[in-house]
Amino acid sequence: MIEREILRVSGLTKTFSLSAKQQKLEKASRRIKVAVDDVSFTAYRGEIFGLLGPNGAGKTTALRIIATLIKPDRGEVLVDGSSVTGAPAEVRAKIGFLTSELKLEDFFTPNYLFDFFAALHHLPPAVRDRRKRMMFEKFGIDRFAEVKVANLSTGMKQKVSLVISIVHDPAIVIFDEPTNGLDVLTAKVVTDFMRILREEGKTILLSTHIFDLAEKLCDRVGIIFDGKMAACGTLPDITGGRTLEEAFFTLYQERTGEVL
Amino acid sequence: MKQTVITIIKKELRRFFGDRRLLFTVLLPGLLIYVLYSFMGGALSRSFTTDEDYVYTVRAVHMSPTIAETYGALLPEVTPITEADIDAAKQAVAAQTLDLLVIFPADFDDAIQPPVSGEVPQVQLYYNTTRVQSGEAYARFAAVLNQYESDLTNLFDINRGGEPYDLASNEDMVGQIFSMMMPMLLMIFMFTGCVAVAPESIAGEKERGTISTLLVTPLPRSQLAIGKIVSLTIISLLSGLSSFLGTMLSLPKLMAIDGFDLGGNYYGAGDYFMLLLVIFTSILLIVAIISVVSAYAKTVKEATSYLSVMMVFATLIGVTGMIGGNAPKALWLYLIPLYNSVQAMNGIFSFSYQGLHIALTALSNLLLAGLMAFVLTRMFNSEKVMFSK
Repeated sequence: MIEREILRVSGLTKTFSLSAKQQKLEKASRRIKVAVDDVSFTAYRGEIFGLLGPNGAGKTTALRIIATLIKPDRGEVLVDGSSVTGAPAEVRAKIGFLTSELKLEDFFTPNYLFDFFAALHHLPPAVRDRRKRMMFEKFGIDRFAEVKVANLSTGMKQKVSLVISIVHDPAIVIFDEPTNGLDVLTAKVVTDFMRILREEGKTILLSTHIFDLAEKLCDRVGIIFDGKMAACGTLPDITGGRTLEEAFFTLYQERTGEVL
Repeated sequence: MKQTVITIIKKELRRFFGDRRLLFTVLLPGLLIYVLYSFMGGALSRSFTTDEDYVYTVRAVHMSPTIAETYGALLPEVTPITEADIDAAKQAVAAQTLDLLVIFPADFDDAIQPPVSGEVPQVQLYYNTTRVQSGEAYARFAAVLNQYESDLTNLFDINRGGEPYDLASNEDMVGQIFSMMMPMLLMIFMFTGCVAVAPESIAGEKERGTISTLLVTPLPRSQLAIGKIVSLTIISLLSGLSSFLGTMLSLPKLMAIDGFDLGGNYYGAGDYFMLLLVIFTSILLIVAIISVVSAYAKTVKEATSYLSVMMVFATLIGVTGMIGGNAPKALWLYLIPLYNSVQAMNGIFSFSYQGLHIALTALSNLLLAGLMAFVLTRMFNSEKVMFSK
């Protein structure tokens, strides 16, 4: 099968200036923190690509740049041919972005929110209604369509967030630490959702620090330490017969010299 | 493009009108103001006036027969007492069981026959200001004594005829009172109305993470800014109008203006149109400023603390409408935001506005609101503002 590229990240660099307080907290010697340092990778259609790294490695920053929420200092990201810096609105129309930090307003019902976000994505009403029916049925939201988000269970809230994030049927869906802070049942809702998306031929870009999740779901992974891409390839290439966890810590020791 | 702005406005209005609690907090002030002012007006007038059929208790030592005879009809009924009862009567006045104690010199009528030589005789009136009836009894008695004194040496009269000498019309009175009170009150109402909804809609969405969900859609930031500002203006306008109506309907009761009728006796449709124009553009500007402050703040709490400082300034600007008489004439003053609104409203309420002043105020408010919308768009685009912790 010929792999068709859908996401190309090249030489991505992003720095943040630290306040005096942050500088002290992070024990940094400089006022500038390089969050993402010359990161490059490619994702292909229909695969799940995982960005793996410890907290603060730069995964979220990289994903936020890809989702056009923040701008890179240097480098370029092309999402299905559209540049995040040159055509951010085009990129937003092609991606779905979901993190545990993105929330839905408690006051509204799933039905209303679906229509609202469909309108922001300029979905024609007929397409919107067909898609809503299909998605609500698939994820069991139909029975709760008119219940305010505030009154939904955590799992159902998560399902609604997931469905809303792909209201416009994007080709690529980005999940930033999607199971963070979720109980096991709700976390399963998310992982099942990702599997369904892969079956539908979507490309998924996922950031996580949970090895088990990456091992179960990802076709390829990129490992990030301190803003730099330490390794990138298919799971077998990276692990070389070991578990992902073993491979990760070996790489960490090689790169940082620290023994954990 | 227009469609997306309307989508945002519809969502914001649905959020507001669907939430009875929010609706209540915005519309309640008008009703409260009406009830409170009407009650205060009634209570104040009751506490500073005495019933017509009230019988004053007045005791007098050596009551002047001439005064009793000449001015008896103007005076409350007087009970004569002796000098021995003076202390007891003073205590009764202090204890509020007696309204007035009057002490004439023993030979008062003779002593004031001209030519009077040496020290003039003295009449002593003991009263208690904490009792309204006592104060009134004192005022009546003092007025009669003054009248008697001037009658004794009458050289000229002032305003003897029965015709009305105060040529101020009821309209002037209404204009004076309303132009003094309303600009300040309206400024406070407008500001409070905006503060009640804007921080929740912007800082609140930021705090809860719901605005990021919007920012990952293709929705242009400028349309989000315009949509937010317009919908918040509509809601705040409702709140402002509710408070305005509450005040207009109850102020006559508070200030005890007789015969004032909101039905347009004094202010015509043109005046109300001008007022609405000033109120609308001012609210638009206030909402835009508060939106920028709310977008800067990380939480609703932080936004509210910034806004409480701004509220003090807004009140101070409102006070400028109370001082300095009629609205100023210098055109450049109508370019100063918020101050121009207060002065324009002052002009409208005192029937002395000029169309140019109102036009300048509205235009300057609109331009500044536009500038603030631009700043808000930039802020929605700024990762530092939207995503910094």
